[in-house]
Amino acid sequence: MSRTEILETIDEAVQGVEDGSTVLVGGFGFAGMPFDLVDGLIRQGATDLTIVSNNAGNGDVGLAALLKAGRVRKVVCSFPRQSDSYVFDELYRAGRIELEIVPQGNLAERMRAAGAGIGAFYCPTAVGTPLAEGRETRTIDGRVHILEYPIRGDVALISAHRADTMGNLVYRKTARNFGPVMATAAATTIVQVGEVVPAGALDPEAVVTPGIYVDRVVRVEERRYTVQGAR
Amino acid sequence: MSLTPDQLAAVVARDIPAGSYVNLGIGRPTKVADHLPDDSGIVLHTENGMLNMGPAATGDQIDPDLTNAGKVPVTELPGTSYFHHADSFAMMRGGHLDVCVLGAFQVSATGDLANWSTGAPDAIPAVGGAMDLAIGAKQVFVMMTLFDKQGQSKLVPECTYPLTGVACVSRIYTDVAVIDVGPDGATLRESFGITPDELRARLPVPLTIS
Repeated sequence: MSRTEILETIDEAVQGVEDGSTVLVGGFGFAGMPFDLVDGLIRQGATDLTIVSNNAGNGDVGLAALLKAGRVRKVVCSFPRQSDSYVFDELYRAGRIELEIVPQGNLAERMRAAGAGIGAFYCPTAVGTPLAEGRETRTIDGRVHILEYPIRGDVALISAHRADTMGNLVYRKTARNFGPVMATAAATTIVQVGEVVPAGALDPEAVVTPGIYVDRVVRVEERRYTVQGAR
Repeated sequence: MSLTPDQLAAVVARDIPAGSYVNLGIGRPTKVADHLPDDSGIVLHTENGMLNMGPAATGDQIDPDLTNAGKVPVTELPGTSYFHHADSFAMMRGGHLDVCVLGAFQVSATGDLANWSTGAPDAIPAVGGAMDLAIGAKQVFVMMTLFDKQGQSKLVPECTYPLTGVACVSRIYTDVAVIDVGPDGATLRESFGITPDELRARLPVPLTIS
């Protein structure tokens, strides 16, 4: 992929997302959720989407708003059910959305595999559980492992703290979560940041996501995510 | 007397070796943190991407970018580190965590764990990191009440709820007893407000008295 584009508006940043795309959406609850990009995707209009994210939306904003707008055919996630996941819950109970549950570690590692060109990997997570039914297994060193395939995105929407004009990213605290892994796993990685600084202004030793993984960066005015509080 | 959740958390905290890397599950296990001695050198891991997690944040400390796995705002300690999700679960699955403490619906005498789904037809499944934690940590402790509201034992010969992991739990900490589980079945370590014979009479599994 060519060099990172630094764009002026959210609407430019989410251009070209096609109907039927698989979209990786960063965030763990509200921390690291790319609210502005998801709102942009709602305006952009792509539909019949498969969303890969840890949760299936909280409250009425971000991912929950995308679900509510009827744009999502399927959610691949580890933990949909929460005290404030009512948008998803209603769609699911009405049979209007598909759900694929993936253990959190597998979710992350399967995206990492996609980004690293790993064809598949074996892992003991979920052996003996309902999630293992019908799956290919192999015993390695006396322990049963399940074959896990990569999860690749057409698009990743993530949030980072700061980018430089090369597209290098740094994150902030636990808002990092899925961002660095999703950035590697999508054909087009789109990042919203609080600040864009000139090349050379980020400590090269502290860069978490190198710009090679980043296609588009857009600065957002203020972080709109709030504290979710205890469940 | 049986133990209150707080007293039970103190018993679990007592048994975690100094210097351990520990993950405390959402809910009741979180309370264990309140009972770890300041000089224990225990480092708490939270699977959303942090080591050396500090106590819950209050007031001005609350930062939307800094939460635990339960999405509750927390704080840093000197020596905190942050990492992404694949690294966080590699720590777990790679066997680098010494102890994790989880809640459970049922545990079998051989250490099978059921803690993610009751299998109810209208339930929305949600597993989070439970299956990764169950197979990854060197030692898995479970905290739960020993009997449910109907008086049924949650320590069972075989779990009837969907499994989280097979033969992964090493010990259960309950309001009335601490019991080792595993290949040798259930072995009583301590009891609270109940005699070993009373326990044996109420449990559906053979209980060895250590």
